[in-house]
Amino acid sequence: MTTILASDFWSSIMPNVVENKDVFIQSTWETIYMTLVSGLVAGILGMLIGVVLVVTAPGGILENKPTYWILDKLVNIFRSIPFIILLAVIAPFTRLVVGTSIGTTAALVPLTIGCAPFYARQVQNALVDVDRGIIEAAQAVGASPLQIIFRVYLREALPDLIRTSVVTIISLIGLTAMAGAIGGGGLGNTAISIGYNRFENDITIMAMIIILAIVFVVQVLGDLWARRTDHR
Amino acid sequence: MAEATSPIIELKDIDVTFKEADRTVKAVKDVNLQVNKGDIYGIVGYSGAGKSTLVRVINQLQRQSKGTVTVSGQNLGNLSGKNLRQARTKIGMIFQHFNLMNERTIGDNVLFPLLLGSKLTRKEKQAKVDELLDLVGLADKKNDYPAQLSGGQKQRVAIARALANDPEILISDEATSALDPKTTGAILELLKHLNETLGLTVVLITHEMQAVKAICNKVAVMQSGEIIERGDLLTIFSNPTEQLTKEFIETSSQIDSALANVVEQATVQNLGAGEQLVVLSYAGDSTEAPLIAQLYEKFHVTPNILFGNVEILQNTPVGTLGLVLSGVGDAVETALAYVAQQGVHVRRINVAEYRAELARKAAANNEEATV
Ligand SMILES: Nc1ncnc2c1ncn2[C@@H]1O[C@H](COP(=O)(O)OP(=O)(O)O)[C@@H](O)[C@H]1O
Ligand SMILES: [Mg+2]
Repeated sequence: MTTILASDFWSSIMPNVVENKDVFIQSTWETIYMTLVSGLVAGILGMLIGVVLVVTAPGGILENKPTYWILDKLVNIFRSIPFIILLAVIAPFTRLVVGTSIGTTAALVPLTIGCAPFYARQVQNALVDVDRGIIEAAQAVGASPLQIIFRVYLREALPDLIRTSVVTIISLIGLTAMAGAIGGGGLGNTAISIGYNRFENDITIMAMIIILAIVFVVQVLGDLWARRTDHR
Repeated sequence: MAEATSPIIELKDIDVTFKEADRTVKAVKDVNLQVNKGDIYGIVGYSGAGKSTLVRVINQLQRQSKGTVTVSGQNLGNLSGKNLRQARTKIGMIFQHFNLMNERTIGDNVLFPLLLGSKLTRKEKQAKVDELLDLVGLADKKNDYPAQLSGGQKQRVAIARALANDPEILISDEATSALDPKTTGAILELLKHLNETLGLTVVLITHEMQAVKAICNKVAVMQSGEIIERGDLLTIFSNPTEQLTKEFIETSSQIDSALANVVEQATVQNLGAGEQLVVLSYAGDSTEAPLIAQLYEKFHVTPNILFGNVEILQNTPVGTLGLVLSGVGDAVETALAYVAQQGVHVRRINVAEYRAELARKAAANNEEATV
């Protein structure tokens, strides 16, 4: 009895959402899938680039001017390209990598490339904040560069890395919505191709609500985790 | 016992030059330094003198531009990579700002050096950490984080960490400069204790002569990248030759402020004939002679004690006494000659000249401050 009433209620305020329930479930999963996979790959790439930037920078533990200079410029260039243009520009490359330039899997390539430089800068900023004296103390007890990277830099910067990862994931969720607009699937695609194009406003609003909910969960969990690891 | 006096650190003709875009800085110039096993070697100098750069050459955190560094018979300039890191484990270092890892517990900070290649088992490492924390008196803080500790406690943790690999040498770069006087004293005591119990050789960088006085047996004075004076503590203190050395010694004692006070007193400004203001200083045995009593007994000279101070340098008492002596005729001069014969250093103060000198210095300081 109550379930019928409840569904009546939802049908009356969000008729199209109820009708397209399966589409929503599917596109939510697509958004999560795109975020997780591209986040993972971009995370690894960005972490690597960020670490290399810090250790090769002038005064770094493995100072190397050419490497630093090239990486620094590359990161700047890729960060400056608006994502929507990046999507179009790298379509041929995407086709080369995953065999197609449309669909959820195809969206992974531009998402990764759009996100990695952003994350690299965030990682760089977090690691640069580790006190130079702490690094020196580690060198003084005989730590190797790799040991300093893993046991000092990444360890000391962990709370900041968690916070910047949250920021990155949230902006990545934003990018997945944009990727959806050009056929990548996900909630962005649903909001635009169904909600916006067919004037079914409740669909657009529902897509927004789900995205906000995902963002909220990521934010809260990230904050909790960061706070738990931070002892400064 | 040849071992006891062989140099454990030997710096030969060390230059360190920093090349920057617009200028080159010669931070260390032609320094030669020998530190023997068991020494607590103080290096004093004002900020920018090149002290940190010089000691960072000892563990090669800073490569020298010229010269050789030999530690425990090994030429460190030839080492790199793994061999250099291995050599560094035998040279502990502590810093002004402690440099503890904020996200690791006290125990894990001390454990850190043991994670880098030590062959001990997990259990042995933990036992070692406990032992080190015990040694620095922080056994109960093992699970705390650095943020929960006071400055002095943090430095103790840093000392424990520096000792984790059983180094033979400990370099202390301004380790007490961020601490209050009482805590400074306690940390210096700890270093002295480690020197005595573990035979640890200590190189103590500081800009405070007070710290050198407290524990060092040798001292070198640095200025503009050079060592301008060096020697064992008592010699340098009783017989400084360089102006800067004298300055450092003065700032570390209260004598000059006491004198400045005394010469402002009306009775001292109006000394009559046969009266003389003197500062007597003496080290070791002469402290025990009943000198003051003899002044009257032998020469009928009346001593009026204005101030006095006794310090212990390397287990030797070093005393200073400010007196106005009065006697008939040249009784005072005769008495002072006798006192000097007893190995006491006599400094006659001409009150008018001394005051003029003070006024000149104050004026110079004011000028400096307003420039
Ligand atoms: N890495 C560096 N690059 C350029 N100049 C430096 C560097 N390290 C120290 N210096 C310069 O060398 C001089 C000595 O510095 P330092 O050894 O830190 O002196 P101290 O420890 O006695 O205060 C200073 O003029 C300082 O500016
Ligand atoms: Mg310094």
